[in-house]
Amino acid sequence: MAGSRKQRAAIVGIGQTKHMSTRGDVSIAGLIREAALRALEDAEMTWADIDAVVIGKAPDFFEGVMMPELFLADALGCAGKPMLRVHTAGSVGGSTSIVAASLVQAGIHERVLTVAFEKQSESEAMWALSMPMPFAPPTHAGAGGYFAPHIRSYMRRSGAPDHIGVLVALKDRLNALKNPYAHLHEEDVTFEKIADSVMLWDPIRYSETCPSSDGACAMVITNEAGASRGSLPPAWIHGAAMRSEPTMFAGRDVVSPRGSRECAADVFSQAGIVARRREIDVVEMYVPFSWYEPMWLESLGFADEGKGWTMVEDGSTQMDGDLPVNPSGGVLSTNPIGASGMLRFAEAAMQVRGQAGEHQIDGARTALGHAYGGGAQFFAMWVVGADKPA
Amino acid sequence: MSDLLLPPSLEGVEMVRSVRTPAHLDYSYTPGRAMSRFLTGLAEKKIRGQRCPSCGKVYVPPRGACPTDGVPTEEEVELPHTGTITTFCIVNVSFYGQGMEIPYVSALVLLDDSDIPLMHLVQEVPYDQVRTGMRVEAVWVSDDELKPTLESIKWFRPNGEPDRDASTMRGNA
Ligand SMILES: [Zn+2]
Repeated sequence: MAGSRKQRAAIVGIGQTKHMSTRGDVSIAGLIREAALRALEDAEMTWADIDAVVIGKAPDFFEGVMMPELFLADALGCAGKPMLRVHTAGSVGGSTSIVAASLVQAGIHERVLTVAFEKQSESEAMWALSMPMPFAPPTHAGAGGYFAPHIRSYMRRSGAPDHIGVLVALKDRLNALKNPYAHLHEEDVTFEKIADSVMLWDPIRYSETCPSSDGACAMVITNEAGASRGSLPPAWIHGAAMRSEPTMFAGRDVVSPRGSRECAADVFSQAGIVARRREIDVVEMYVPFSWYEPMWLESLGFADEGKGWTMVEDGSTQMDGDLPVNPSGGVLSTNPIGASGMLRFAEAAMQVRGQAGEHQIDGARTALGHAYGGGAQFFAMWVVGADKPA
Repeated sequence: MSDLLLPPSLEGVEMVRSVRTPAHLDYSYTPGRAMSRFLTGLAEKKIRGQRCPSCGKVYVPPRGACPTDGVPTEEEVELPHTGTITTFCIVNVSFYGQGMEIPYVSALVLLDDSDIPLMHLVQEVPYDQVRTGMRVEAVWVSDDELKPTLESIKWFRPNGEPDRDASTMRGNA
């Protein structure tokens, strides 16, 4: 395949807003501009340096604004430039990053700005996700009602003890205290407080679910020529993959969907990673309900089937463990839905650039950013590293 | 952010900080052939699935094609009104417009002779006694209330048969 080699691409600028339940001080346009300006500043660039913009968000129904990218073009300096909207439900922040990267890897653009957002305070997500259809009885109760039975299947199959979900939530909320941008800063969080919180969708407790946030994230992705321009080191993209599968088909494994396993195999193969647990230094994983941490640890091949929960119990996924998961506090601490996947991708890049501040994992050189969406049917992952890919 | 350069005509104008866009949607649902057979069957107290000619799996509700093989599923299968709970959750959050008394059980029920579970309510049993593998049967609304909707089945309830081993339902539980 002479001449078809992908160009190297790197993340050279990262920005995010302070996330909170209501950003009453800015409109959606102001919110995304805040993240974009921070990414440009981090990249030591201006709007004029950007060739194209790729924007992502979750369903338009949430805020009730159809095709918001049209009215947001101005705020992102897109006049006269190519602009592209991506949508893959909750994984959209991840797939948006990958689409932006692919424009650089394909040699189409040299410098691409990518942005993802959600303003949940202006949104009605529960309504948007619960359309009454005559073939569906009204037994759901939002996303939790969909995922809770699958979590119960995981617990039954693996024999995991009940407190694993509490441990994950506690870890992520404590990690969030080290991340100034995180939405939840629960200074007084304890194991007991989480364990005693109300069962919303048994087996999911209130404190084992993500909050509802306003926020945005942005990154500047460049080709190799642009990667050495700034003063901070770049985060090189070593692999990026997406997969999808239908919501329903006979024999579908909803605990560890085939799309997830194949997406992981693809991204690690691209990055030349064989011993996944040993070679990855830190993971930013999409965990909107705490039990998804052990479930994804298995699906991503960091643990054998049925053993992911032991990595939670023995502290392997803590900040000082051998595979830290979500040092940023993760989706459990910050959930502007459309941006949540991009935050995972950006936090992975921050780790290998050494710019994660108090939640930096010492010596992190290779990181996985992960996102999923829909009925656990859309997957997006990238592996980023401090070293330039061969 | 203070980098905004406003034209003189906009100086002193209050910034937009929030936009609310109330949205309302009414649906006209056109179910298609396979789903129409399923829905009209419910109005006659029948549960109709369709079998894939390629993999032999029985889909309920049928969508007219097998998502795995991409071929039409034309063979109709009338299913029994009994099944097995593959997994479930106990809902403790009251969801607007629902009018359900909480807590209640929302379960995936694998109807006998079918290959994909259906989500429905489980009642007539204390919520904390519902379990994976439990055998259940459909409870229908009264004959004069039957309509072409899954709500013609009020809920499922235990039918007293011994539990089914969950490991035999792999792929669905
Ligand atoms: Zn088939």
